[in-house]
Amino acid sequence: MNFSLVYSAAFRWETFPHMADIGIRGFGNSPKEALEAVSFALISVITDPQKIEPQRALNICCEADSYDLILYDWLNSLIFKMATENMLFCRFDICLSLPSLQGVVWGETVDRHKHSPAVEIKGATFSELFFGQGKDGLWIAQCIVDV
Amino acid sequence: MEMALLEKISDYCWQIPIQGKMRVPVIIYGSEKIIQAMDQKVAEQASNVASLPGIVKASFVMPDAHWGYGFPIGGVAAYDPEEEGVISAGGVGFDISCGVRTLLTGLQEKDIQPIKNKLADLLFKEIPAGVGSHGKIYLDKEQMNKMLVGGAKWAIENGYGLQKDLSRIEEEGCMPGADPHAVSNLAKERQAREMGTLGSGNHYAEVQVVGKIFDETIAKVFSLQQGDIVVSIHCGSRGLGHQIGTDYLKEMVVCAQKLKIDLPERELACAPITSELGKRYLGAMRAGINCAFANRQIITHLIRKVFLFFFPGIEMPLLYDVSHNTCKVEKHKVNGQLKELYVHRKGATRAYGPNQQEIPEDYRTVGQPVLIGGSMGTHSYILVGTTQSERLAFSSAVHGAGRAMSRSKALKEWKGKEIIRSLEEKGIIIRAVSERGVAEEAPLAYKDVSDVVEAAHKADLAKLVARLDPLICIKG
Repeated sequence: MNFSLVYSAAFRWETFPHMADIGIRGFGNSPKEALEAVSFALISVITDPQKIEPQRALNICCEADSYDLILYDWLNSLIFKMATENMLFCRFDICLSLPSLQGVVWGETVDRHKHSPAVEIKGATFSELFFGQGKDGLWIAQCIVDV
Repeated sequence: MEMALLEKISDYCWQIPIQGKMRVPVIIYGSEKIIQAMDQKVAEQASNVASLPGIVKASFVMPDAHWGYGFPIGGVAAYDPEEEGVISAGGVGFDISCGVRTLLTGLQEKDIQPIKNKLADLLFKEIPAGVGSHGKIYLDKEQMNKMLVGGAKWAIENGYGLQKDLSRIEEEGCMPGADPHAVSNLAKERQAREMGTLGSGNHYAEVQVVGKIFDETIAKVFSLQQGDIVVSIHCGSRGLGHQIGTDYLKEMVVCAQKLKIDLPERELACAPITSELGKRYLGAMRAGINCAFANRQIITHLIRKVFLFFFPGIEMPLLYDVSHNTCKVEKHKVNGQLKELYVHRKGATRAYGPNQQEIPEDYRTVGQPVLIGGSMGTHSYILVGTTQSERLAFSSAVHGAGRAMSRSKALKEWKGKEIIRSLEEKGIIIRAVSERGVAEEAPLAYKDVSDVVEAAHKADLAKLVARLDPLICIKG
């Protein structure tokens, strides 16, 4: 069985409409889980995460004093790595302890026939940027990304 | 948008009077139909823009406006450095200097009909487009810095185009004041392999036919005749501009907090024009503008090569090149006094009227060409700047159709394959990397560009000159 298929199915994430761009949102029982989930939502803007195989790993480190700024940095780091390494990701292992985030991401080189990527993401924005707990205690990580 | 909020000034001009923290009113241009269809968030965002320090005259909204982040897309605002005015990275946007350029071909539709499919295929092959596409050019650090200072001038010096192209580009293709040292290494790394690439989303290269002339005299000055083939390119500063936006947006959020600038939302993050951060952003943003000029210049070169293959000896002079997402230092009259202002145009085009020194000499008596890109499969338009536009909106006009529907909704409504087939039935060839991308960019996901330009025309922001109809569209 395809590993990425199992992995993405374990996370709760969604996209939500914005007039020009698109919103992404991830849910989890901890900040780490919500971050991992929103990372799938980010990838889903470009392609179906289930089409990606975890062939190569990259390290990503961020530092910020607040949860929302670390979410902003994390998403922008993923966007930067996708652009410069020409990759798409399907697995995100995150170790988060403010102000530090250590992440290892797995994915593969963009294959236009296999992934049929719909759109490039320019950057994560501060619009609707939220990383915190909802009333039910569930962690939510969300923002609008510029496409 | 709730019309009850607005005061009618004329059939194509409406106002939100000063209220709350607003320092100036919001002026919205458009027909009642267009404004009714505009999302309410545009009014909210334009009002927020009106609350920033140093804003002059009004926060302007163009007829193609829609909900953006911080500033609305289709927003124009000028800030005065002498009144503690600010510069905002969100007011320029991530795609710095995204814009349109149009090339003349001297061909007629009958010339390309026999080779239309082959031309589409070769253009699609030669112009790197879509996610994961890289150009054949790699810029090392030294060349990157030279490109960021030189813009289209650098591209031409390196063999991508003709010297005479420069006079037909805003700022003659080279924005002064660019500071490559204000651009992060991350931004440069992101751009290293992206020179001469189209990008994705609403960016395109399109072969078009002049379908209608509205003003024969001005069309003649622009060398346009009904039935002529032209080629338009819509793209921007690629990864470099996106990363500059990302880098400075974060820095400006922190700066605004420190300086206790009251931000209704964080996307309005800004810095005083006279501050170190403000000046640094300006240097980086101008480097981003040069990157966009160079990028469009290289794509122009690739397109000319393709046309030369089919039409040996063809010359393809540039009609003009305009940018949409910029902040420019311009002199405008405020209360009868000429002032140097920092004019933010986010999803709006400069539209100088006649007799401005900044306009190419050939066009100076009539005004600046204003190139309005359509959405895939729809018309595009060429307008000309007006004298009135200076008074109306700091010489600004619309930039395109503007989205009317979210990507998610567009995906539910249409299938890419069906759109490609239906456009082909109308004689429009689409070449695209992704069918899903085509569905997200469906023509009906955008406002009717004809309504938008008619509103701009009737509001006197710019005047209609010609309509362009698509024949071949290369999408990222």
